[in-house]
Amino acid sequence: MTAVRCVDICKTYTQGDEDIKALDHLSIEVDKGEFVCLMSPSGGGKTTLLNAIGGLDIPDSGEVWVAGQRVDQMSKGELADLRLANIGFVFQAYNLIPVLTARENVEFVMQVQGVPARERGEKSMAILEEVGLQGLEDRRPAEMSGGQQQRVAVARAIVSRPELVLADEPTANLDSHTSEELMSLFTELNEHHDTTFIIATHDQRVMRYAKRLVRMLDGRIVEDTVQDAA
Amino acid sequence: MRMLPVLSRLAWRYLWRNHRRTIIMLSAISVGAWAMIFMTALTRGMVDQMVRDGISVIPGHVQIHDPGFLDDPSISNLVAYNDVELAERFGDLEFSAWASRVRVPAVIMSERESRGVTLLGIDPAAEQTFSFVDYEDVDGRFLENVDDNGIVIGAKLAAKLETRVGKRVVLMSQDPDNELADRGFRVVGLFHANMEAYEEAYVFVGKRTAQKMLHIGDATTEVVFLGDDYRDVEPVYEKVAAAVDDTVRVSRWNEVDTYLGTMLKTMDGFVLVWVVVIFLALSFGLVNTLVMAVFERIREIGLMLALGMKPMMILGQIVIESMMLLVVGLLIGDVLAYATVKPLESGIDVSIVQQGMEMWGAPSVLYPTLYLNDVILANVVVLVLGFFASLSPAWRASRYEPVEAITKVG
Repeated sequence: MTAVRCVDICKTYTQGDEDIKALDHLSIEVDKGEFVCLMSPSGGGKTTLLNAIGGLDIPDSGEVWVAGQRVDQMSKGELADLRLANIGFVFQAYNLIPVLTARENVEFVMQVQGVPARERGEKSMAILEEVGLQGLEDRRPAEMSGGQQQRVAVARAIVSRPELVLADEPTANLDSHTSEELMSLFTELNEHHDTTFIIATHDQRVMRYAKRLVRMLDGRIVEDTVQDAA
Repeated sequence: MRMLPVLSRLAWRYLWRNHRRTIIMLSAISVGAWAMIFMTALTRGMVDQMVRDGISVIPGHVQIHDPGFLDDPSISNLVAYNDVELAERFGDLEFSAWASRVRVPAVIMSERESRGVTLLGIDPAAEQTFSFVDYEDVDGRFLENVDDNGIVIGAKLAAKLETRVGKRVVLMSQDPDNELADRGFRVVGLFHANMEAYEEAYVFVGKRTAQKMLHIGDATTEVVFLGDDYRDVEPVYEKVAAAVDDTVRVSRWNEVDTYLGTMLKTMDGFVLVWVVVIFLALSFGLVNTLVMAVFERIREIGLMLALGMKPMMILGQIVIESMMLLVVGLLIGDVLAYATVKPLESGIDVSIVQQGMEMWGAPSVLYPTLYLNDVILANVVVLVLGFFASLSPAWRASRYEPVEAITKVG
């Protein structure tokens, strides 16, 4: 079953007088339950691709399908509903809401989804424990280290068990031990809950966990290989 | 509604993220609200006093006259009912008070000076409760009954006429046949009033004495009725109107004294204008605060949109933030206003500018009066206008593209 399908998508940014092709007639299909790693040098288009799949950025042409729905033709409200119900995001920078505590940040998406308070509380405490942040749930982002903040962001992305997780450099600010733990968590979710992961990364350790490696260059896919995960 | 708790929590936390800015803005709103309410209370108190003084001179909330009296307030325009008929028509009806009286222009002369005055022939017992003269605060004595042969004049008029209690004066007017009607009176009392102008303008004699002097039998020129509240005279008006026929004209106090009526309406409008003007000054600060608050968290707004919040929720969050700021500021302002008006309700002495105040009919002691309606008006106007003022920054915040907002630097 196809989780994500991009058909001939293009995205061009203008920087000064120069047009930069971030995505250049790119097509890719990701099945449900896949664990895909996008790799490219900086500016290769992997963040743009993640944004297009997540409905954060609309491609200039082509089609983007997620969970059987045409993303590139949706209204802002429909995109918000799609993201809320189907997609978990882990951004490059921690991107937590600074006025909320770790637990409130994790609960935020569930709260918007309308999950009852008791269930929210139980799930958020459990996931914070899973990412090794028990005891820190009442801290605000400013009171946590970069790694701790990133783990909160990951916990927020996966707490409501989305069908698809889009992660942009999720281990960029983590030490090796925490990175390993995080990837183990991703792998477990992928294997036990059939969650689809698309991860953009430079990190060789992350690549080892991927079942499929997609190399990009100048907005195009240059290599797409399936590998045995670690 | 499901999102209200989370939006409110976010709004409250963001409000106190930059507590210095919030405190400054709260102070501005509080002082603005205080100024609105305090000035309104002062104005209301002044106008109330002016109207009450005015009504006590007119007097009454509702009056009946001959249909031509208001245009030509002379002795030839008498009320069609005599005292006996008036008692039959109104004796069994319930009013706070009612009385019939003779009211005509006259000239008063002492042995040294003369002045134009308004002669009031009254029943002192019937008018004691609503007269602008305190019967106990009279040098000498006040009139004792309708047949009293003395005259009570204002202390200021006595000074002008160079007369005093015990001296004689002459009153001159016209009878219904346009013949001269005059009579000598002994000054039995000098009254004091809130406004010196009243002390100069009115003289009191017994009603029956005035009727004899003016050769009008037991007729009168006006009948006055009092209700409970000068702002709500309709019940009294309807009761009186139902008891008379078209030989007399029934008038509300603001029809008898159009100046007072117009002033009251003007002051109602002034209060609203005053509230709106202060709000406009406040609104610049409010909008600026919201714009800054939005600008410094563009990334976070982008993040919330990316996580699945709809643009309308972002708009709602900013509007709630604005409303919270206004509600807290208004509450503080309301408390401040109450705390400052209450101790001053016993009166603010402005006698230092008495002459100026009297020129436009205001008393020399101001009694600020806090009306719940005025407090509600100020609060509602600020909240409603504040809501609209906050829509612009809130709308802008909700229109951000998540990917652009999230990558915004600084």
